[in-house]
Amino acid sequence: MAVTKASKDQKYDRQLRLWGDHGQEELENAHVCLINSTASGTEILKNLVLPGIGAFTIVDGHKVSGQDVGNNFFLSNNSIGRNRAQAATELLQELNTDVSGNFVEESPEKLLDNDPEFFHRFTLVIGVQLPESTCLRLGSVLWNANIPFLVCRTYGLVGYMRLVVKEHTVIESHPDNALEDLRLDQPFAELKNHIQSYDLEGMGKKNHSHTPWIIIVAKYLEKWFSEHNFQFPKNYKEKEAFKQLIRQGILKSEKGTPEDEENFEEAIKNVNTALNPTKISSGVDDIFNGEQCNDITSQTPAFWVMTRAVREFVHNDGGGNLPVRGSIPDMIADSEKFITLQNIYREKAMQDASVVSKHVESLLQSVGKPSESISEQDIKLFCKNAAFLRVVRCRSLVEEYSVETVNKDAITSCMDSADGEMVLYLMLRSVDRFYQQHSRYPGVYNYQVEEDISKLKLCVNSLLQEYSLNVNVKDDYIHEFCRYGASEPHTVASFLGGSAAQEAIKIITRQFVPFNNTFIYNAMSQTTATFQL
Amino acid sequence: MNLLLFSLFREKKRRRVVELTEKMVVDGGSRDGGEWDGRWNHINTFLERPGPFTHPDFEPSTESLQFLLDTCKILVIGAGGLGCELLKDLALSGFRHIHVVDMDTIDVSNLNRQFLFRLKDVGRPKADIAADFINGRIPGCNVVPHFKKIQDFDESFYRQFHIIVCGLDSIIARRWMNGMLLSLLVYEDGVLDPSSIIPLIDGGTEGFKGNARVIFPGMTACIDCTLELYPPQINFPMCTIASMPRLPEHCVEYVRMLLWPKEKPFGDGVGLDADDPEHIQWVYQKSQERAAEFSITGVTYRLTQGENTHSAILNSACATEVFKIASSAYIPLNNYMVFNDVDGLYTYTFEAERKENCSSCSQVPQDLHFSPSAKLQEVLDYLTENASLQMKSPAITATLEGKNKTLYLQLGLLDGQELAVADVTTPQTLLFKLSFTS
Repeated sequence: MAVTKASKDQKYDRQLRLWGDHGQEELENAHVCLINSTASGTEILKNLVLPGIGAFTIVDGHKVSGQDVGNNFFLSNNSIGRNRAQAATELLQELNTDVSGNFVEESPEKLLDNDPEFFHRFTLVIGVQLPESTCLRLGSVLWNANIPFLVCRTYGLVGYMRLVVKEHTVIESHPDNALEDLRLDQPFAELKNHIQSYDLEGMGKKNHSHTPWIIIVAKYLEKWFSEHNFQFPKNYKEKEAFKQLIRQGILKSEKGTPEDEENFEEAIKNVNTALNPTKISSGVDDIFNGEQCNDITSQTPAFWVMTRAVREFVHNDGGGNLPVRGSIPDMIADSEKFITLQNIYREKAMQDASVVSKHVESLLQSVGKPSESISEQDIKLFCKNAAFLRVVRCRSLVEEYSVETVNKDAITSCMDSADGEMVLYLMLRSVDRFYQQHSRYPGVYNYQVEEDISKLKLCVNSLLQEYSLNVNVKDDYIHEFCRYGASEPHTVASFLGGSAAQEAIKIITRQFVPFNNTFIYNAMSQTTATFQL
Repeated sequence: MNLLLFSLFREKKRRRVVELTEKMVVDGGSRDGGEWDGRWNHINTFLERPGPFTHPDFEPSTESLQFLLDTCKILVIGAGGLGCELLKDLALSGFRHIHVVDMDTIDVSNLNRQFLFRLKDVGRPKADIAADFINGRIPGCNVVPHFKKIQDFDESFYRQFHIIVCGLDSIIARRWMNGMLLSLLVYEDGVLDPSSIIPLIDGGTEGFKGNARVIFPGMTACIDCTLELYPPQINFPMCTIASMPRLPEHCVEYVRMLLWPKEKPFGDGVGLDADDPEHIQWVYQKSQERAAEFSITGVTYRLTQGENTHSAILNSACATEVFKIASSAYIPLNNYMVFNDVDGLYTYTFEAERKENCSSCSQVPQDLHFSPSAKLQEVLDYLTENASLQMKSPAITATLEGKNKTLYLQLGLLDGQELAVADVTTPQTLLFKLSFTS
């Protein structure tokens, strides 16, 4: 069946609202590698295949077992004995014919031995239920090749994710509850003129009641300045006095009772946030001071070229401020007044963006790159989001695991709550130790559970000793992790599948902010925690 | 949550439902289980082995699995985004007797996440297709579909289930379900009979946010106890829509609310169907025209529809709770989990408290305070606008001079008068007591 753009738009409509056409394009150009198509793995892939990832490749040397089929929606009982990568690919591919599904019947260890560059072709590698040694080996290869690596595992009622990416930049972070960029403390010329053009006292009632609150606050600020030596309302008391000043401006009826002027009520309600000084957040400041921002070369990614350009703008043209964002919130006003005001902000934003554009051009020229390498559209998007830029840098697995660089402080302080998620992390590290020593996980068979408890305890102690961690791991957790028998219950795998796929989509689309860097899900208490290890 | 009461509930409940099941004819006959070695290994560790964090009542047994497979009956409400996930999760956790209710048919825009449906299924009932797919993929599973509204069923239907899980996108439907389960509660001498409790697991999700909660009707907070957590939908003021639009959204609302009923573009009595591309195209075009009149830019096709996609995370948490409760392997979530992954992943788990004067579960008639000269419209406004009631179209009856009268006009009500109010948000009638302010 011919797939037209319109029919694809229809199918993907609901998700296009979240990440837009450009996000969808990134998704459709991505090729993800999944290692091990256990339930956790196939659940992750399902949540990438459905929204239309470009391609996936499953690497798995295992044969399908009866146990595998029992918890996995994408393995059927007639695939028992077949290669697991192949079997899972069939049922995953069937979900969405837009996606290209591939498989490699090989263990990751073999690939690392014979052809580690195999992994270089992927946008992102997701490793599921990997033994520690494989995880670390693969981690090194991907770190050196600058390919994001997402480690996932389901162990009994515990879910675990670890993101390993050197540097991930985000322009569209889509923050909840972002502050507006109204510049009431430093109105630019066009805004000043526009405010001047209003004469609140001389207006008829209809116009008075439909004047945007931004204008009202601006006008009353002028009044306040003249009475307070050009100082802004600073503390609670002054802000309340300022609100009263505005309230007095509400028209009164012939009887002397105040009229119903919702726009004035809006002005009063918004005083607190409207008076926030325009300034650059410390997060964005840090980004401006990043190394990448200082040394622009022909290899510098577009993100950093644009950051540098905006920094130049801030220092040379913006009077210490970012380019104007250009959007204003909806407010009670008649259509004409609102749109005129909105256009004042929009046009200033466009002006600022074109100045930034010139800086981008000269930076590109200085390193011998054509100015078309960064589009106007990208620059506009960057300027609009300049206040919300984010950079995520994860420590490597080597840094996490090495005795010299282990994050002792984080582990020790989190263990102050002995029943929090950190103990689950330590248990996962301990069962990995167990696996290294005994070539199996603890408690897989019923008869093993009791005897493995003491063996696992030895592993826990050796782990704590090696890292000089002066913490106490309760016996209950050691017992519980033996009890799990390295099982992978579907509902926990599914939770992890949904979570990991979301993070993968964030990495691929470069929208929204991924976690940094260790996520633990406790299905017993339905709680989670994120650690930076 | 009272653990003792909970264990009492489990035992009595198990006996009661086994009785009910034995009396009932099994729908569709049981299919060939098609068992194979190791099939339930991933679950058995939780059923057969003792552990330090299990529910105090838990007894490891090889029979617990049989209970899940043969006896336990689960109802899933909704076969959409959450519903499809729930069915998969439950089927792979050992549940076989699952019913699913959904009144919708499949639309193309569902295909990006409702993974039990394919292009060829568009137009067919969601419940039917979902059941077929699961039963085909998971041997031995017997999902029974109902292409119906939840309101089409009465107590006798709902009473047969051990646990009910909601994957709904409507607050009204949730509240109705909540009310239905509250109406099933049996009190003996003022004491709640635990076997009449049917736990309700509720999941909600939109975009990058969601929540999962466990409700034991009569014991824990119900949906209406925490209604303020679902803020009323933002409605634009009518004057903005009718004469002073500023945003593209205002233009779309104008077309939806005012122009459509006026022009009836697809015939008399044909309501706007958000899933019909022809309807949406009409709305889109007219919205653009409206916007052009006021020099407003930014009306897009996407804007003319409302929903966001969701993620497959909260359903899993809900299914885990179903498993915990059915097997009593662990203490269930107590009782509300909120999730947000816009920036990293964030969850917040807390115990939502029962509201002492909850309009649904407190069984106490609520006081309504009005002045004696107040008009009926004021009472109606209060019932719809109050954050903890949020009714849609309440109908009020009162007993006057020995007769039940529906109140249309001011009818000389007395102080202390009891009013009975019916509304789509609940199957029960809510009682209020009129209290005159001086």
